[in-house]
Amino acid sequence: MFSINNNKIANDIINKIKKKNNNLKFMHVCGTHQDTLVKNGLDFLLKDCGIEIGQGPGCPVCVTTPKEIEEMITLAKTDKIVTTFGDMIRVPGQNQSLENLKTEGYKIQTVYSIDDAISIAKKKKDKEIVFMAVGFETTAPTTASAILKKPPSNFSILCCHRTIPFALKSILDMGELKIDGLIEPGHVSTIIGSKPYEFISKEYKIPQVIAGFEPIDILMSALMLIKQIEKKSPFVENEYSRVVKRDGNIKAQSVIEKTFDICDIKWRGFPIIPKSGLILKSDFNKYDARIKFEDELINLKNFKFKEPKGCRCGELLRGLISPKDCPLFGVKCLPDSPIGPCMVSMEGSCNIDYKYSKKN
Amino acid sequence: MEKVYNLNYYNRKIVCLAIPGKIIKIIKKDDLASIDYGDGTRRTANISLVDVKNGDYVLVHAGFAIERIDENEAKKTLELFREMLSDAEDK
Repeated sequence: MFSINNNKIANDIINKIKKKNNNLKFMHVCGTHQDTLVKNGLDFLLKDCGIEIGQGPGCPVCVTTPKEIEEMITLAKTDKIVTTFGDMIRVPGQNQSLENLKTEGYKIQTVYSIDDAISIAKKKKDKEIVFMAVGFETTAPTTASAILKKPPSNFSILCCHRTIPFALKSILDMGELKIDGLIEPGHVSTIIGSKPYEFISKEYKIPQVIAGFEPIDILMSALMLIKQIEKKSPFVENEYSRVVKRDGNIKAQSVIEKTFDICDIKWRGFPIIPKSGLILKSDFNKYDARIKFEDELINLKNFKFKEPKGCRCGELLRGLISPKDCPLFGVKCLPDSPIGPCMVSMEGSCNIDYKYSKKN
Repeated sequence: MEKVYNLNYYNRKIVCLAIPGKIIKIIKKDDLASIDYGDGTRRTANISLVDVKNGDYVLVHAGFAIERIDENEAKKTLELFREMLSDAEDK
């Protein structure tokens, strides 16, 4: 459905890129982009053309902090039903993952949607149901919409939503790597539109292209970035115009604004990033698991987590290395027994690289 | 001769970020709609974040339709690409 595919055009794009003398490094921040790149061999293809495309912090599961996972583990251990999206339950916390807890008989349920978690709350009125709300701007409006509909009082969320534009700013401010262009995530942009990225092109003189998820979308966005670099006129270009509008989805933005305030938040592998998180407005305190169960979570207040020995997920999320640079990749860290989050999530670059057999 | 690369479409559901589907029937009172994903799968999704009618195509993420897909724009995409590839500056 809505497959955009044309070999002739794809080849024309590739040949056009090849004719240019490139030595460029692009970054994207989206697991689905990484999947498209690796699955179709576009990463190698573009590398041959002098273009390296790396994944930044674009996997909501990967950037969720160990502290947040420990919060969920603590809540699960105090007789609540905790719910979240599939991959999240497999990320190791300090000692174990939510999945490990499940095998010990604690109530952990994966859900497809926040609405499924609310349905559980409606059925099991004598239990507290906590939903771990992870995800970027794409997912935040689904949480907001559900909260605005006043779910039952035995339902609450552990809000872990993060937002992309200021995380990009943070990477650029850290200055650890040279980035010649940014490929922006199509589905985050579906919600926020192209405006929130504009300051990046203005302040950092970096070209940006919002891209779709077909192989041809990625190729086209690479060519668009190259053209912008040639013209020396960086701006936010929209390759995914069949879905993304400049203003985004206003309805979704308005439910986010009604439900959340913007906050500073730590990302895994990063320091605290200003203005990159969402927190429930005080009107919704009764749905905020951190307030509702403050006493139970008090011991985690000054939680200090040590990354697993040898795990380089942090550097990977900052775009500094690729999976094969990590000594644990494919040796001790495997999809069945992951050490770091990037091997757990289907949007994590280690998992994707492993899946398409680039173990070496 | 220029090399030909085969870029086949693949099943997007593997990384289930957002997938396109067609609205079959809207259930107004609950803000829900039955969505057909084109491969025999039908599932209910929440449509409170979009303004849609029966027959519209939407992108669905985590049980919510997050945007209407512009059918005309989608059809025009390849045409747009062709235009960009024949840009005057490159001739």
